[in-house]
Amino acid sequence: MSAVVQDSPRARAAAGVQTFLNRHSSLMPALAALVIFLVLLIGAQVHFGNFMTPRNMSALLLDNAYLLILAVGMTFVIVTGGIDLSVGSVMAFTGIACASLLASGHSAALVIPVTILGGAVIGLLIGVLVQYFDVQPFIASLAGLFLARGLAFVVSLSSIRVENETVLWLQTTRFRFGDWYITPTGILALVVAAIGAFVMQYTRFGRTVYAVGGSEQSARLMGLNVARTKVLVYVISGVCGGMAGLVLTAYSGAGYPRNGIGTELDVIAAVVIGGTLLTGGTGYVLGSVIGVLVYGTIKTVISFMGAEQSWTRIIVGLMLLMFIVVQRVIVVRSERRR
Amino acid sequence: VTQILKHRLFWPVLSLVALITLNTIARPQFVKITMREGELYGAPIDILRNSAPLMLVALGMTLVIATRGIDLSVGAVMAVSGAVTLTIIDGSATPGSTGTVLVAITVGIGVALVLGVWNGFLVAVLKIQPIIATLVLMLAGRGVALLITDGFITTVTSPPLKFVASGYLFWLPFAFFISLAAITVIALVERRTALGVLTEAVGINPEASRLAGVRSRGIILSAYVVSGTLAGAAGIIYSSNIMAADANAAGDLIELYAILAVVLGGTSLMGGKFTIAGTVVGVLIIQTLKSTILFLGVSSAQSPVFFAVVVIVVVLIQSPQVHRMARTITRRTQPHTAAEVRVDKEVAA
Repeated sequence: MSAVVQDSPRARAAAGVQTFLNRHSSLMPALAALVIFLVLLIGAQVHFGNFMTPRNMSALLLDNAYLLILAVGMTFVIVTGGIDLSVGSVMAFTGIACASLLASGHSAALVIPVTILGGAVIGLLIGVLVQYFDVQPFIASLAGLFLARGLAFVVSLSSIRVENETVLWLQTTRFRFGDWYITPTGILALVVAAIGAFVMQYTRFGRTVYAVGGSEQSARLMGLNVARTKVLVYVISGVCGGMAGLVLTAYSGAGYPRNGIGTELDVIAAVVIGGTLLTGGTGYVLGSVIGVLVYGTIKTVISFMGAEQSWTRIIVGLMLLMFIVVQRVIVVRSERRR
Repeated sequence: VTQILKHRLFWPVLSLVALITLNTIARPQFVKITMREGELYGAPIDILRNSAPLMLVALGMTLVIATRGIDLSVGAVMAVSGAVTLTIIDGSATPGSTGTVLVAITVGIGVALVLGVWNGFLVAVLKIQPIIATLVLMLAGRGVALLITDGFITTVTSPPLKFVASGYLFWLPFAFFISLAAITVIALVERRTALGVLTEAVGINPEASRLAGVRSRGIILSAYVVSGTLAGAAGIIYSSNIMAADANAAGDLIELYAILAVVLGGTSLMGGKFTIAGTVVGVLIIQTLKSTILFLGVSSAQSPVFFAVVVIVVVLIQSPQVHRMARTITRRTQPHTAAEVRVDKEVAA
């Protein structure tokens, strides 16, 4: 950095921007995602003329509530430097288990905690394998993926309709503000994201998650409880999987064992688009929220255009590519500075 | 005996033998091979034939994993190559001629090769993490395959194409010879030249091997190219088996089964030392397990539970923690040894 005193206000402002960029370089990918999100929205509005309607924007949150919840849990895991491939299957398993328990006449007050607990147990299994048996997260969560998918089919081979009023209430109730509306599932997703962001930024546990992702050995030498943290992030991801299962079951009004095939990839893509580095140590829950919104907007734009949904994945793939190249450039630049 | 116990292939081979023995006890006709019109039939032959796509993909995956990488896109590449090949055959005037089929297969594998170059470019040149670099193609590839087939399942009638998966040569399925050829070529190139050692060097310590003058960029790139090409061939075998290009179902979850086969065979996901023989055994274990599950009358949709149990058992057997636990139990009389091992581990960590 040049230590020359600069007099003109413009130069000072430029230097200030430079300093801000340097200090907050980890924020850049998330900000880039935000910019892309806004560009997408405005571009779609200009092109279609009726895109940014309250109805459409409300539906964006409603349709992607389960993805949002999964992305929050995934952010915790990825920031520790791990990965959780099991989320889609866990969502399918807890969703079908929830529908099946409700169909056999249990009350929602019992079924909902059991659903979430089911996700937590699979998360715990993955966490224990990763932490205490030195299994790579990829393989451990792969076992979780197979296990949850198989269990979903053990529960039922076909879809089960949900007729329980409490669970359907989650989806059918609409709190209206003029033309805007929000459902309890949407509120749940926003609350999960808010809690996730708070925990990551302001609690001892959240800061430990970053420390473990930055350098596990340093974190251990600092006396942080690495083992507990690493197990807990997978449990959190499992709990999020359970909640997503509940939300998806309410959303579709049925449990289906084939739900969420490939969702883990959508979630990872959304998290990466939101600025979280897969190497761990950097990332924001709010970034992942933006990532999910970008994903959801692309899906909506494509259905607006009447194009085939197979384009969604191509565009998400290309966008993912763009983001990793941008991230790569940022990493290379910060390495060069050192 | 300790030497046999310590051999890298001991556990994989033992698992395979145990699996086959269990099957034979449960149904003696399992190992029975019958000869009909100069062609062999039976459960073991089926396993050899049906394992061909997984075998090809797992061989490529072994090389990629040896360079500390991973290739998630193999399933999508299979879908693309199948879609390309069948669309060409479908669109040609003579779908039944061997020439058309050969051209179509060449183009299909060529496209897969280009996709492999793309993956290799992202990983080796742009230095993007392999898992995320190949995720791009994994997401986009199936979409591309769907666009090629217009969202339909393209079906063709073409005897030469059918021969690839269902034909027989010298009493044995032709698909088996494809996997045999792939195993032989890869084993020769990797083990009879320095390439295998260089690949391991890149995987064990990329920085040190670079300083030692190993051109890691080309080695990593070529691993992804081989993986892509083999996945392309696997996609054609798959399409030939069902005589259709199904962009959604082709190679579904195969990346996970291939990684599982590699890990079952004893190659670590951390890269470095790899074993072709181990991967072959790993693929056979998976295929035998699939046929066992089918025999048990379990719905194929529920079979993932069995695979989950197998994955967990195998990774636990390979886990150093479990080894140490077993050692402390068997060597209670010598508490010093166990303590020393623990100290070693802490030093290493």
